[in-house]
Amino acid sequence: MSEVKNPLEGISKEATAKLIEETLELYPEKAKQKRAPHMSENDPDDSGCAIRSNKKTVPGVMSARGCAYAGAKGVVWGPIRDMVHVSHGPVGCGYYSWGTRRNLTSGTVGVDNFSGMMFTSDFQERDIVYGGDKKLEKLLTEAHELFPLAKGMSVLSECPVGLIGDDINATAKKMSGELDLPVVPCNCEGFRGVSQSLGHHISNDTIRDHIIGTREYQEEPGPYDIALIGDYNIGGDIWSAVKVLEAIGLNVKAQWTGDGQIEHIAATHQVKLNLIHCYRSMNYMCKVMEEKYGIPWLEFNFFGPTKIEESLRTIGNFFDDKIRANVEQVIAEQKAKMQAIIDEYRPRLAGKTVIVFVGGLRPRHTIGAYEDLGMKIIASGYEFAHSDDYDRTYPELDKGTLVFDDASEIELEKWVEHFKPDLVASGIKEKYVFQKAGVPFRQMHSWDYSGPYHGYDGFEIFARDIDMAVNSPTWGLVKSPF
Amino acid sequence: MSECAIKKVTEISGEEVKKISEWIDTKEYAEKNFAREALVINPAHACQPLGAQLAAYGFEGTLPFVHGSQGCASYYRSTFNRHFREPAPAVSDAMTEDGAVFGGQNNLFEGLENAYTLYKPKMTAIFTSCMPEVIGDDLNAYIKNAKQKELIPADHPTPYANTPSFSGTHIHGYDAMLKAILADLSAGKKAEGKCSGKLNLLPGFDGNVGNLREYKKILAALEIPYVLQADISDTMDSPLDGKYNPYPGGTRLEDAAEIVNAKATISLQKYSTLNTMKWVKAECSGSADVLPLPFGVKKTDQFILKLSELFDKPIPESLKAERGHAVDAMTDAHQYLHNKKFALFGDPDYLLGLVSFLLEMGARPYHILCSRASKKFTKEMQALIDESPYGKGCNIWTNKDLWHLRSLLATDPVDMLIGDTHGKFAARDTNTPHLRVGFPIIDRVNLHRSPIVGYSGAINLLTQIANKFLDIKDDTCEDRFFEMMR
Repeated sequence: MSEVKNPLEGISKEATAKLIEETLELYPEKAKQKRAPHMSENDPDDSGCAIRSNKKTVPGVMSARGCAYAGAKGVVWGPIRDMVHVSHGPVGCGYYSWGTRRNLTSGTVGVDNFSGMMFTSDFQERDIVYGGDKKLEKLLTEAHELFPLAKGMSVLSECPVGLIGDDINATAKKMSGELDLPVVPCNCEGFRGVSQSLGHHISNDTIRDHIIGTREYQEEPGPYDIALIGDYNIGGDIWSAVKVLEAIGLNVKAQWTGDGQIEHIAATHQVKLNLIHCYRSMNYMCKVMEEKYGIPWLEFNFFGPTKIEESLRTIGNFFDDKIRANVEQVIAEQKAKMQAIIDEYRPRLAGKTVIVFVGGLRPRHTIGAYEDLGMKIIASGYEFAHSDDYDRTYPELDKGTLVFDDASEIELEKWVEHFKPDLVASGIKEKYVFQKAGVPFRQMHSWDYSGPYHGYDGFEIFARDIDMAVNSPTWGLVKSPF
Repeated sequence: MSECAIKKVTEISGEEVKKISEWIDTKEYAEKNFAREALVINPAHACQPLGAQLAAYGFEGTLPFVHGSQGCASYYRSTFNRHFREPAPAVSDAMTEDGAVFGGQNNLFEGLENAYTLYKPKMTAIFTSCMPEVIGDDLNAYIKNAKQKELIPADHPTPYANTPSFSGTHIHGYDAMLKAILADLSAGKKAEGKCSGKLNLLPGFDGNVGNLREYKKILAALEIPYVLQADISDTMDSPLDGKYNPYPGGTRLEDAAEIVNAKATISLQKYSTLNTMKWVKAECSGSADVLPLPFGVKKTDQFILKLSELFDKPIPESLKAERGHAVDAMTDAHQYLHNKKFALFGDPDYLLGLVSFLLEMGARPYHILCSRASKKFTKEMQALIDESPYGKGCNIWTNKDLWHLRSLLATDPVDMLIGDTHGKFAARDTNTPHLRVGFPIIDRVNLHRSPIVGYSGAINLLTQIANKFLDIKDDTCEDRFFEMMR
């Protein structure tokens, strides 16, 4: 660690508190009151610093948040590859979320893999006036005829469906019987809740109500059967994660939901352990399976060798000596390769500072990977987290760093101007704002069209990408000589 | 249910996959596919508010404001971010469940006050997504009330457009917002006998900022004073100079207001400016013309002749030379396109332009697919293909989607597909080369900076098409046919 220059130079609780005060001055009074509890200077020793989260977005502030539909389609249901996911309502929601999350899938598109396609009822005025239930019945039948290998369908409601009083639950039930297929109604209208987070929850509930326990694996249950929960296979993440889990001797029986298959998910109640990566989007189902089937669950972190090793040992300890020995063997095998990556990139990245603003698990889970490269997180925030996410975040960050919730664009601008980070790790809506300002940036929802970043394979790519972003020679051209 | 009744997990066999893979390429499947009445698969159109947001970006200091759910704004923003690779600021007033009960007035109040204070726009362009449209919010009254309560200054321009997503497409939202902005800014500005002497040029919904710059170049060459009404060329393509500016360009508001006193107005996209042009004809001085998008030589000739005639300007040598270069390039390369079959999809105006260009090249616009189009469009397109022997046997498909297109490419193949990024799956499945033209292009860089209108645009488009064919030939031909020259 000696090559790291003092990373927290200039960062103190007092300075960050002052920055927060200045930031809030940008707002009119009412908005200021609303925003104030959503940002704080971090103090891992003092739980009193807890910030408020999962509250309504303040109107007009330019939030990065999405909606419940986005959480249902983009996150939970969309990645399941062998189902037809119907965006039920007007054309837009399905159009914008079509192929834009990078949840990669295997199989043949249009034959046994439908995740990369877009299905919609494309509501027109008459559907608003007369209701869309009949249209829904018809389109489900058409989908079944055109895609006979689809193992099920989900019906994801957009705003108008809930407002006009359609009963997608009755329609889905009827059609499920007629087509002899799971047809899952998901009332994830975008106006529900405060962010995509409620969409995750609603979708988890629909898996609980319609899917889980409806299948059993062909093979007899084994002692090392696990399900991998909350990995959406962005840029191939889950393939990299499964590789590691299989290397330590576990059988990954179901993938929730990256490159997922609905029947495998339906039999998850038979596994011995649920391993959850994105806690935010799928803790609900882990808890349901724990209560209903007694399946324990463990959180883990597959970003960067330090956290991977820590996680593997925790997982190993859940099992037995055999798995523990495998864990040590895998860690030893990877050690030299990981060190070579660190040796290559750390000299160019050590001491560089990062501001992180994403969703799900990444504002805390990626910290270790940056630290493996000698970088320091000076501010971290979530788009749609709850207090249990923040509780898991405070200890990962240094004292005095900025922790924040549902930042508006102007807040981010202010903070980047203040901290002058070497990298901003956030989303597509933020990317070009900061690049115009000459600040290196990586999209950390989509891995900026790269990836995977999970697992041992992922760290090599992560390190390369971060180095590429921070040290691209193009940044040297920003300042014009005239 | 007893445990033994639970079904086992089943796997799809390789044979089944093979069988269905073959089946979906058949004519039988195509028939089934075209018999669809309710299900839309892989549509080539977005919803109205997206277009409204693009129109708003065309004006100086303008903040797009979505009255509706917050997720909508995030979807529109990210779509523009991905296509232009530029910032795309916009706010929403984040309506939620209580809005369904009480209406969205409180959200609009708070949203307007906050957005105005934080982002200091010169104009706030308000448009709606589904929720307020379904519950019937009265935007006009709400905005008036907001000003009465002094949440924003009374003189702050706040044009608004109703842009329900369950009617029309992005081009109609563009039209609605453009008309609302122009009507709002010009209200009370019409002066009898006054003439700005300028041309208003309406480029329409165009994701190619290079096209807008090409228009400016042509107008400068003709020395015609103009106002580009909705100029996104700088807002959606701003320099990287180390300083973020949320409002880096756009039509100046006072220039936009002068549309009512103009010498002439020309729209280059009939279908994305239908209502705006109706308004222009009713409310504005000067001539009002709708011309086809100037793709290829003939349509560019038409545009330049019209400009020359309206403003009594001689056509400069520079443009004559440019025309000559285009014709030279087209003649040089005609053999690579002649009689080649193309499939095209996109917005109506773009399709008319592309078809016109292909016919000039002796190429065949064999499948023309417009995902939402009127009978008028079909008639106009039919007339266009009937004009040329190369249009013979070509097919117009309206209100069809890209899964229909896939069937067409599989059962009645072409040499190249032209359309936006969303066509890439149909192209790959059917082994059809795919040239990206249109909106959005989210898997290639910088195409939106390279003009495809005007004479230079014709050369660019031709270069891309011909070289794609030549690359394919070099990449795939047998060794014995691999040669130095092409």
